[in-house]
Amino acid sequence: MDAGLALSTVIAAMLGGAIRVTTPFLFVALGEMLTERSGRINLGLEGTLVLGAMTAYAFSYATGSPWIGVLAAGCFGFLMGTLHATICRLPGVNDIAVGIALMLFGTGIAFFFGKPYIQPTAPRLPSISLGAWTGDPRFEQALQINPLFLIGIALAIFLAWALKNTRMGLVLRVTGDSEAAARALGHPVMLIRLLATAVGGFFAGVGGAFLSLYYPGSWNEGLSSGQGLMAVALVIFARWDPIRCLYAALLFGAAGALGPALQSIGVTQGYYFFNAAPYILTLFLMIGSAGSKRALRDAPGELSLTR
Amino acid sequence: MPLDRFSRRSFLQGTAAGAAALSLGDIKLAAAQAKVTIGIVYVGPKDDFGWNQAHAVSVAALRSLPNVSIVEEENVPETAAVLKSMESMINLEGANLILATSFGYFNPFMVDAAKKYPKVTFRHAAPLWEKDKHPANAGSYFGYLDQAHYINGVAAGLATKTNKIGFVAAKPISSVLRNINSVLWGARSVNPNVTLQLIFTGDWALPVREAEAANALAGAGCDILTCHVDSPKVVIETAERRGIMSLGHNASQATLAPKGFITGAEYKWETIYRSYADDIAKGQPVPNMLAGGYEKDMVRNTAYGAGAPEAARKAADAAIADLKAGKRILKGPVKDNKGAVALPSADGYDNLDRVLDGMNFLADGVVGSIT
Repeated sequence: MDAGLALSTVIAAMLGGAIRVTTPFLFVALGEMLTERSGRINLGLEGTLVLGAMTAYAFSYATGSPWIGVLAAGCFGFLMGTLHATICRLPGVNDIAVGIALMLFGTGIAFFFGKPYIQPTAPRLPSISLGAWTGDPRFEQALQINPLFLIGIALAIFLAWALKNTRMGLVLRVTGDSEAAARALGHPVMLIRLLATAVGGFFAGVGGAFLSLYYPGSWNEGLSSGQGLMAVALVIFARWDPIRCLYAALLFGAAGALGPALQSIGVTQGYYFFNAAPYILTLFLMIGSAGSKRALRDAPGELSLTR
Repeated sequence: MPLDRFSRRSFLQGTAAGAAALSLGDIKLAAAQAKVTIGIVYVGPKDDFGWNQAHAVSVAALRSLPNVSIVEEENVPETAAVLKSMESMINLEGANLILATSFGYFNPFMVDAAKKYPKVTFRHAAPLWEKDKHPANAGSYFGYLDQAHYINGVAAGLATKTNKIGFVAAKPISSVLRNINSVLWGARSVNPNVTLQLIFTGDWALPVREAEAANALAGAGCDILTCHVDSPKVVIETAERRGIMSLGHNASQATLAPKGFITGAEYKWETIYRSYADDIAKGQPVPNMLAGGYEKDMVRNTAYGAGAPEAARKAADAAIADLKAGKRILKGPVKDNKGAVALPSADGYDNLDRVLDGMNFLADGVVGSIT
């Protein structure tokens, strides 16, 4: 294989990987961003992701419509978020501990009820071909785009706009930055946090639906392998900004495709290193960006991380 | 269904604990065909399209025998939890044959249980048992799946049009390397132009990375994919979606790829389990070590799918007949993919030669690297 062809294969694979792998990271990260902007951390989104994947698959199988599956996954995610927020209302409850409990709870019930859905094949989400103009089968394959990916991008842009320019966005930010100020202004702090956590859960559930209904596109118990937790970490990396969440997720997806892509063109030495590329890259970017004082300034003031 | 299992178990625990724990020796004397209760423990879900399913399908085939009953438990971690599972199977459900199907169950858990319950027969699905070290009522069994992967390779060698086979592997341990090399050897036995493109994912169950690897291999021009990971479901389904062919691993994945499935390498644990049940029923000693491939009917290939052309089926059938007759796969010295001689014997090697158990190289023709 000559160098030019090999390079374009790797670029096609990384582009494709970014498009295919990014979506669940993006949805979970946006959900977590929203929740943390209200002043709470929900570590349970890994559980919500797995539960969303299972319910989406089950509903898609039962109804024959994958979009009903996506909606069902969102609704179960909404319930999980509501549960988290309701428990956190109680006095003296730590949101991080509740999150870990709900992570185990979510994966547990997903495994329990998901058992009968490992074997059957459910209808999957369709994809849109945007690569025909390239005339190159590798890029055509890479540009098979799922509508959820586009919805995710639109959502990131919308959230960025809404946080800055709408009254609701302002109220959410005030609640997250200073509970006392929000109370003084007469805003129902607990209700706002409940809604932010529940909507965040909805997004994470939809992210799970992408996993089971599009890519890799089947339900089994090892499906998520920690992606929900990584996405929560991406929020800190993205400094609670929706657009940066999008960049971080894209970067993570593309870096994840590097290991397999290099091995497929014959660069096989050191595959453990290339498989670890997303984590190494994230680490270096974290080190690079943590030096500035900005990182802390962007953090919502009410987070138990910063308080 | 989980609910059935729970209610049944709690019913037994609640009411019939004493009755079920009858002394097994007495039963043996009383009946010519003694009752065999098999307790089998799985590390994951038994419908995973992989390792666990291969065991579950085989043990289920024994259900029709009148003197055999079966107790199963899934998702048992390789910790003290497996000891508890085995003890509850023995004490509450009267199991007299325990099958521990995951590598990490053996030491110390199964060995300890075997010491504690000398009348119960314990068998473990990896060749770890040693005569002087471990209790006499324990033992091992194993299938040489590389032979079935060799058949996969023979069929693939005549089915491929690009002469490139893709392989998604978890980790570079000897049993995985042996399966990889066997696919290539099988393919080259009928088509010397085949190369095998290899991707290691780094762990046993990483569905997203397995899908990425399968896509990358398809992108690199492979028209047949196979794998050695815990659950081959993702790789086989991705191959089918990309419109290319696939070869199975561990259990049957034929239903996942109605258009492109060629054949698959499967264990036939049934042969071993049936012989255990027979021996116990007749009161005979159960062999401590059972291992073999096609020559002992301990592995098989999945029925050919739509991806297998006529020539491939014929060649694979002929190769199966050869393996059953004990003919050698390796007929001369073997080179690795760096050009060095890895196995020097000019006469080749017997298919079950212990030297091959420690395989630590990738054969000439594999595009990939262990490190």
